[in-house]
Amino acid sequence: MAFLYDPVNFIAGWAHGILTGWGLVDSLATVIIYLIGITVLIVFAMVLDVMLVWVERKVVARFQDRLGPNRIGPFGLIQPFADIIKMVIKEDITPAGADRIVYNIAPVLAASSVIILWAILPIASSIYGVDLNVGILYLVAAGSLGTLAIIMAGWSSNNKYALLGAFRMVANMISYEIPMVIILLVPTILADTMSIKGITQAQSGVWFAILSPLAFLIFLISAIAELGRSPFDLNEAESEIVSGFNIEYSGMKFGWFYAGELLHAFTFGGFIAILFFGGYGGFFGLERIGFFSWLNNPFVQAVVFITKAMFGYWVIMWIKYSMPRIRIDHMLAFNWKFLTPLALVVLVNTAILSKVLVNLPIWGYALGMFFSNILIGLITIEILRAYGRKQRIAEGNLVRQVAHN
Amino acid sequence: MNSESEWIYIGLFLVIGIIVPIVPLVFARIVAPRKPNPIKQSTYECGIETVGDSWVQFKAQYYVFALVFLAFDVEAVFLFPWALSLKQLPLFVVLEGVLFISILVSGLIFAWRKGMMEWV
Repeated sequence: MAFLYDPVNFIAGWAHGILTGWGLVDSLATVIIYLIGITVLIVFAMVLDVMLVWVERKVVARFQDRLGPNRIGPFGLIQPFADIIKMVIKEDITPAGADRIVYNIAPVLAASSVIILWAILPIASSIYGVDLNVGILYLVAAGSLGTLAIIMAGWSSNNKYALLGAFRMVANMISYEIPMVIILLVPTILADTMSIKGITQAQSGVWFAILSPLAFLIFLISAIAELGRSPFDLNEAESEIVSGFNIEYSGMKFGWFYAGELLHAFTFGGFIAILFFGGYGGFFGLERIGFFSWLNNPFVQAVVFITKAMFGYWVIMWIKYSMPRIRIDHMLAFNWKFLTPLALVVLVNTAILSKVLVNLPIWGYALGMFFSNILIGLITIEILRAYGRKQRIAEGNLVRQVAHN
Repeated sequence: MNSESEWIYIGLFLVIGIIVPIVPLVFARIVAPRKPNPIKQSTYECGIETVGDSWVQFKAQYYVFALVFLAFDVEAVFLFPWALSLKQLPLFVVLEGVLFISILVSGLIFAWRKGMMEWV
C-alpha cells in the first residue's frame, strides 16, 4: 500500500536496500538511485515531447480547418515516430562558413535548457525531482539558457537571416524578462517562499490566479514571449527572415529546436498551472474532507497536473494560431510602456495589501486581493482608452488639415 | 533530501540533461548520409549568391532599452529577498521597498520623457 501513496520513495528505498545489500557504499547507492530517477524523469519528458508533436500538429490542423495527421496508426498517433525517424536519417548539412563548435552546441543547449526545468517540476506531492528553496530563480535562470541557445545558433550559422533572428531574440529577451521576473515576485509574496512545491501547497485554499488575475495575465504574456511563439515569434518570422535562427539547421539538429520549443511550451503550461492554478493540488480545500481524500493520491495528482499543464499548453497554442505577428518596435513599446509599469503596480499592490489585509479572514483577504486587481485592470483599460482616443483625435485633425490644404 | 544532496541532484540532472540530446545527434551522424559539396554547403539566401560576411557590426536599435533592462534586472535581485521576508517585516519597511521601486520607476519615466523609449 505504501507504493500507492509515495511511489518514488517506495521504489527508491527498495532499490537502495538492494544496492547496499550488494555491498555498495551508502552514498554511491544514493547517487546511482538519483541517476536512475533522473533518467526515468527525462525519458518521461522525452516521450511526452514525442506525443506533443502529434498534439501540436493535430490542434494546428483543427485551428486551420484541416484534418491533420491521420494516416499512420489510429488518429495518426504513430506520425511523430515517423517524423523522428525522418529527421534522424536526413543529411546533416553544416554551412561552410559556420563557427562549427558553437553551431553544434546550440541545438543541444536548446533542448537541455528545457529538460533541466523538469528537475524542479512537481508532478505530484511525492513525484518530483528536487524541491529547491530557490526554485523561482532556477526557473528564470534555466529559461534564459534557451534564449542563449537561440542567440548562439543565429550567430554561428554565418547567415544574414539567422543573425537578424538572433538580434531580434535579444530584443525579445530584454523586453519580456523584466515583467516576468517582477511578476514572479507576486507568487513569492503570496506564498512566502520561492520553492515551487511550497507555492503549490500555498494554493490548497485559493488559487493565486484568483488572488491576482493580473499577475497571471502578465506571466502568460511574458511566458509566450520567452517561448518565442507567435505573436512574439520575431526570431523565426517565416514570412520575413525565412525561419530566422534555425535557417541553416537540418536533420536532427533542427529536430531539437523544434522538439525543444514544444516541450518548452508544455513546461511553461505546467509552470502556469503551478504558479497560478494550484499545480497538482488546488482543490479549494476539498481534499481535506474525508470523502475526497482520494484526491491526495499521487497518481490522481499527476493526472490533475498533466491536465492543467495541457490546458495551459492549449491556451498558448490557441494564442499562437489566432494572432498575427507583432512588430519589433511595437513589442518593445508594449513591454516597456505597458507591461513593466503594470507589473510594478501589481507588485506594489500585492506587497502592501498582503501586509494590510493579513489580519482579515481568508475570504476577506482573497476578495480584497481580487477586487484590487480588478480595479487596477479597469483603471489600466480606461487609461488605454483615453490614450487611444487622443491618438485618434490627433490623427483626425492631421487628416482634416491635409484635406483643407 | 538535505540541501547538499539537492544540488548534487541538480548537477547530475544537468549532466544527463546534456547527454540525452547528444545521443540522437550521434546516432544521426552514424546513420545519416553525408555527401557534402560546395553548393550544398553554401549559405542559404533565398537562391541569391551571398555578398560579404555576415559577422559584421550591426546596429542594435534597442541599445538604450538594454541599458534600462540592466538597471531593472539588478533591481529584481534586490527585490527577491525583500519579497521573501515581507511577512516578518513591519509595514514601514515594506513601504521603504516601495520607495526603492519608485526610484527605479522615476528612472524609467526619465528615459520615457527623454524619448529613449521610441524606436529610432
